[in-house]
Amino acid sequence: MVQPEATIGVPAGSAKAPTAASEPVARGAVAPPRKRLRRWSRLALRWEGALVVALALTVALGAVTSRQFLTASNVFSNISLLYGELAMMTLPMTLIIVSGEIDLSVASTLALANSLVGYLWVQHWPMPAVIVCVLATGVACGALNGLLVTRVGLPSLAVTIGTMTLYAGISELVLGPAIITSFPASYTSIGVDPVPGTAGLLSYSALAYIALAVIFALVLHATAFGRSVTAIGYNKEAAQFAGIRVKHVKTMLFVTSGLVSAMAGVLYTFRLSTAEANNGTTLVLPVVAVVLLGGVSIFGGRGTMLGVVLAVLVYCGLQSALLLTNFNSNALELVTGGLLLLSVLIPNGGELAARARRLGGRHLKGGL
Amino acid sequence: MASLAFPASARLSSRRFVEAVMRAREFGIVAVLVVFVVVTTSVQPRFFDNQNIKFVFSNAVIYALLALGETVVVISRNYDLSVGSVLGLSAYLSSDLFQRAHGIPIVGVFAVGLAIGVGCGAVNGAIVAVARVPSLVVTLATLYIYRATDVLIIGGGMVVANTLPGGFLSIPTSSVGPVPYLAIAVAAAVAAAAYYLGTFRPGRDLYAIGSNPEAARLAGVPTGKRVFWGFVVSGGVAGLAGVLWAATYGTIDSTAGYGYELTVIAAVVVGGVNIFGGSGTVVGAALGALLLATINQALYVLGISSFWDPAIDGALILAAISLDHWITVRLTSALRKRSVRGAA
Repeated sequence: MVQPEATIGVPAGSAKAPTAASEPVARGAVAPPRKRLRRWSRLALRWEGALVVALALTVALGAVTSRQFLTASNVFSNISLLYGELAMMTLPMTLIIVSGEIDLSVASTLALANSLVGYLWVQHWPMPAVIVCVLATGVACGALNGLLVTRVGLPSLAVTIGTMTLYAGISELVLGPAIITSFPASYTSIGVDPVPGTAGLLSYSALAYIALAVIFALVLHATAFGRSVTAIGYNKEAAQFAGIRVKHVKTMLFVTSGLVSAMAGVLYTFRLSTAEANNGTTLVLPVVAVVLLGGVSIFGGRGTMLGVVLAVLVYCGLQSALLLTNFNSNALELVTGGLLLLSVLIPNGGELAARARRLGGRHLKGGL
Repeated sequence: MASLAFPASARLSSRRFVEAVMRAREFGIVAVLVVFVVVTTSVQPRFFDNQNIKFVFSNAVIYALLALGETVVVISRNYDLSVGSVLGLSAYLSSDLFQRAHGIPIVGVFAVGLAIGVGCGAVNGAIVAVARVPSLVVTLATLYIYRATDVLIIGGGMVVANTLPGGFLSIPTSSVGPVPYLAIAVAAAVAAAAYYLGTFRPGRDLYAIGSNPEAARLAGVPTGKRVFWGFVVSGGVAGLAGVLWAATYGTIDSTAGYGYELTVIAAVVVGGVNIFGGSGTVVGAALGALLLATINQALYVLGISSFWDPAIDGALILAAISLDHWITVRLTSALRKRSVRGAA
């Protein structure tokens, strides 16, 4: 299990599989639900606490290794500008993973938005119309994912591997080998200039991320919709029987994901002032990695927006700090991998030690 | 234990029915393949010449090999996302040996590639099996770690073809008629793996784990051990594929095999392997890889821009999983009818 609570639960709980619909009952029989719930929130707090410590260490590391790290120009150009779009895409991804699904097509939707902005612009569309059309395309991409997952009943992992390839393919068809750079400066400045009144710290993508993060956090933690997302992720059947419109909720999530990815795609285009087939398609796994690092369970039902926001900061901060030390920029993903591995191993450390102690006898009863 | 209540004959016939459909599923891929080849050849007869067939096979070989390893993992309801990075690491480290260790035999290079792959796979498997962490997360992490290791080792350098011996570079190109020896070897490996997975206990255990991990564990299947070895196989196969990649492309930098993981899973899914484990065969997965390679080559021969490739691949993946789902739904309802009849 990804997350801390599993370490405290009954040992048998450690084998929790995405299926086991009946399992909460079995586990509940051992530890009363309410007590477990309190443990959960405590441990979730502890996980976010760990991320706060990691963030503090990151900032300390950055400040010690380079005097540039804490300057406004570094924060702006190497963090908020560089990672704004990635950060935006983690928000709907968090909701989707909490609901027990996954969307691997986000980066391809971003790439499609990028190509489409370029294509429509050279067709002499006015920019506002281009943006509206691109966002509508994002909604359509999300809707197709949602439709295939909820109405046809296909697993989202497989569906979005398919649409990932499909949307990237359409992005290639839209632009072909063309590379479009003739965007007006009035728009590309949105991509490269800081937002006025933010002390030169925030890019427009970072501002969009912060605004959306607040909205998404409120939706996930303070609305009935958010509760139903969590309920679906924890136990789909139970959610269904509790009267939650599972299909509707999931479709909404995929549509939101498409929309936000397209928004990120528009900002991405303005930042690079370039439209090119397959721009940015490699962003997908980093997005998933950051969400999981934020303590969201890959099996759904668990995760907080605060954790994911902290994970975004740790991820960006650490990469930026390493970049300033002349670390090979192509090997930066070592950070992603290392953090991800630690994030799943540390919470399981207690259980691991216990299992190591048990090793020796109890072959058959081991897990019971 | 409800199944014991059914007459043995009913269970047997339902199993036969399942087998028949499974077999039909691979026939389905073969049928799509044949249709594609026939249609393309009738439009452009050049498609069926030796050169083209050879192209298709040599493109498919590496993906088919990776799909074999991935299938072993996927049928146990796990995922190995690190195959592309393992391939890259093995491709560079093994082919670099021709420069570092002069006169090293080609077999030795393959052994090193295999060992690198087995090592990477063992790390994946150990973390998944011992720490009981979801494999999607673990292999996503090791995807980055292995790739970054590769980048740090290589630095800015690369291996170029003129440092590789001719005998090594001719491995992918030597063929009987239009069929490369390598394709025959991979086909044999796929057949052997299919037989092993379908017949011997560890193979059947993997299917059992994939169908229901908890039930398999309660039934006494050593789930951790089996899953561990599944990852070792997947890693080892990716290591071998890395050496073949080096021999095929000749120029190896730190981007070798970049992004292969999702294409391989796509081939596996197109090949009818259930993404949630428990069903599907390596033969199907290898055919899925062959189908993707055939389609890409057919588009090329038909003069359709290669820009169409990913769009068509994507549509094909969606079609394949929809078909798979449709078959499963029908199969389940058919089996339910049968068991109702059997109980009555």
